[in-house]
Amino acid sequence: MKFDIDAFREISQTLRRNKSRTFLTGFGVFWGMFMLLVLLGGSKAVKSMVSKDMGNFATNCVIVMNGITTKPYGGFKSGRQIMFRTADMDELRKIQGVELATTSMSQWGVQAVYGTNKYNGVNFQGVTSDYSRIQFQHMKYGRFINDMDNAEGRKVATIGWRVYETLFPGGGDPCGKFISINGIYYEIIGVVAQTSSNFNINGGSDRGVFCPMSVMARLYNRGDRIWGLMVLVKPEYRSSEVMNQCVNMMKQKYLVAPNDKRAIVGLNIESMFTFVRNLFKGLDLLFLLVGIGTLLAGAIGVSNIMMVTVKERTTEIGIRRAIGATPKTIISQVIAESITLTMVSGMFGIIFSVMILGMVELGFTKDGVMTAQFQVTFWQALLALLGLITLGVLAGLAPASRAMQIKPVDAMREE
Amino acid sequence: MMIELKDVNKTYFGAQPLHVLKGINLEIGKGEFVSIMGASGSGKSTLLNILGILDNYDTGEYWLDGRLIKGLSEREAARYRNHTIGFIFQSFNLINFKTAVENVELPLFYRGIGRRERHHQAMEYLDKMGLTDWAEHFPNEMSGGQKQRVAIARALITHPRIILADEPTGALDSKTSLEVMELLKRVNKEEDVTMIVVTHESGVANETNKIIHIKDGIIGKVEDNVDHNASPFGENSIMK
Ligand SMILES: Nc1ncnc2c1ncn2[C@@H]1O[C@H](COP(=O)(O)OP(=O)(O)OP(=O)(O)O)[C@@H](O)[C@H]1O
Ligand SMILES: [Mg+2]
Repeated sequence: MKFDIDAFREISQTLRRNKSRTFLTGFGVFWGMFMLLVLLGGSKAVKSMVSKDMGNFATNCVIVMNGITTKPYGGFKSGRQIMFRTADMDELRKIQGVELATTSMSQWGVQAVYGTNKYNGVNFQGVTSDYSRIQFQHMKYGRFINDMDNAEGRKVATIGWRVYETLFPGGGDPCGKFISINGIYYEIIGVVAQTSSNFNINGGSDRGVFCPMSVMARLYNRGDRIWGLMVLVKPEYRSSEVMNQCVNMMKQKYLVAPNDKRAIVGLNIESMFTFVRNLFKGLDLLFLLVGIGTLLAGAIGVSNIMMVTVKERTTEIGIRRAIGATPKTIISQVIAESITLTMVSGMFGIIFSVMILGMVELGFTKDGVMTAQFQVTFWQALLALLGLITLGVLAGLAPASRAMQIKPVDAMREE
Repeated sequence: MMIELKDVNKTYFGAQPLHVLKGINLEIGKGEFVSIMGASGSGKSTLLNILGILDNYDTGEYWLDGRLIKGLSEREAARYRNHTIGFIFQSFNLINFKTAVENVELPLFYRGIGRRERHHQAMEYLDKMGLTDWAEHFPNEMSGGQKQRVAIARALITHPRIILADEPTGALDSKTSLEVMELLKRVNKEEDVTMIVVTHESGVANETNKIIHIKDGIIGKVEDNVDHNASPFGENSIMK
């Protein structure tokens, strides 16, 4: 298709002939484009808000918790409190699908002190190095608790972001300094970077102070009793199966009736994630369908109007044919008109929606930190543009073929 | 021969099939200036449309400048219309959202000629028609005679071999009709264009050199009219 200044003049001349109709038709496409992008941006924002909540947690993970028996079994009456032991971590590893098993001990609401600075409400946890493989810890300074710390029972601590900010308002690397918790001094070996994750087990790391589990067990006489176990499943195994294996193993070990549903409970994190992920997919699909539907309605409007226009222009097209326009030039002119109309109005839709999304995003920005991402990406906009051109061609196709059917003799038979 | 028709038939297949041209045999030489006369509905326009490749015929042969015109593709047909044939209509058939000069330019646009060159040539032809001052006016701002002169300029700009005019004076008063006929005569002489005019005004026919009568779909009498005395009202007068 030849597209030069002449062709463009032809197009703009014919489009300008009927301004109000051109405008109304264009508005349909504009609105469709606008809706599509705003919906895409909206769904992205919802996703970014929710996925932030789950960000740092391993998804292929199951949790096994202990409780109270509800059935008599193995000579025991019902109502017995089951407590796991730290040795169970190694026990569970014998199951093939288990990558690792870990746990944490915790003390809530303790006070951390550095110099004159105090932080109340610390979530004080004794952990092994494996803990950070299930609940990822991004380090700002230093390192997380490791196996040596546990083996040697070192009194060291990795502290969370809020605790760090309060105890060290001046900033800087606090490693090597000592904080006191319940009168016992711990050497700081690391600071966990700020997280936005709301999904965690035994409290978030922002308010946390982590020490080796062996230290907590010893200093607070906790023994080897623990509340439950976190199990990381090997990638090639199904976590629901591994979870059942773990639960059954623990039931056997602690003499719990196989059909006792309360004494030992499995929690499949993966299925929770999958649920949310599917929810997102559905949401995405819904938004996409609504947006594309609206856009399509706009395009059909264009096609419809072009159809009427072609019909009205029978004489004109006949004249053009009579003085030497080939069917190809007529077709390409109708399609070019359709593309121009969809493109220009679609572009306005893109610009307008980007502006609106930008403004909404600004509204969601607190203290210079964006809390939700609304803006569509450059590629999405580009894709939308390409889609628009395709739509323009498709919308022009039917009217163009109609225009082609107009015979030059029709030019004379108007009267 | 510029135009040669051999036993051309045309039937319109409407609600009832209508056999309009029933075996037309016709020869028109190069540079001739002929008119076709006949009663309303006798098939004059149908014949002219076939000559102009605006419509196709059913059986027979149509030779244009030594080439058989039959079963042309749309592209070939468009090429003939653009290069060989110029059309003038009773109702002018100007595009009303284009100015006079834009209308005249249009055939050259479909030839792919540049804007400036197009404009230059169109202005030249408008000048020949005495319409320089009307170049930027739209058709609805012009009189019938002016519009027809714009249409003539549009037909001439491609230097066609034949010009087909279907009642070119049908919408004009007698004085303007005469002017238009003078113009066509001049074009026929100066540019050596074969000119075929359909009319049912004897005064108009009288201006041409040959009068072909068509009746009920066949060619009747063919009068030589070099003396231009066929009109009962004398030379250079058109009775409306
Ligand atoms: N497209 C068409 N479909 C069906 N019938 C048609 C068509 N065009 C013309 N006719 C019929 O064919 C016959 C010849 O028409 P044509 O237009 O050739 O006549 P004409 O000699 O030009 O008449 P006039 O002097 O009124 O212009 C008429 O009876 C007309 O009704
Ligand atoms: Mg007619």
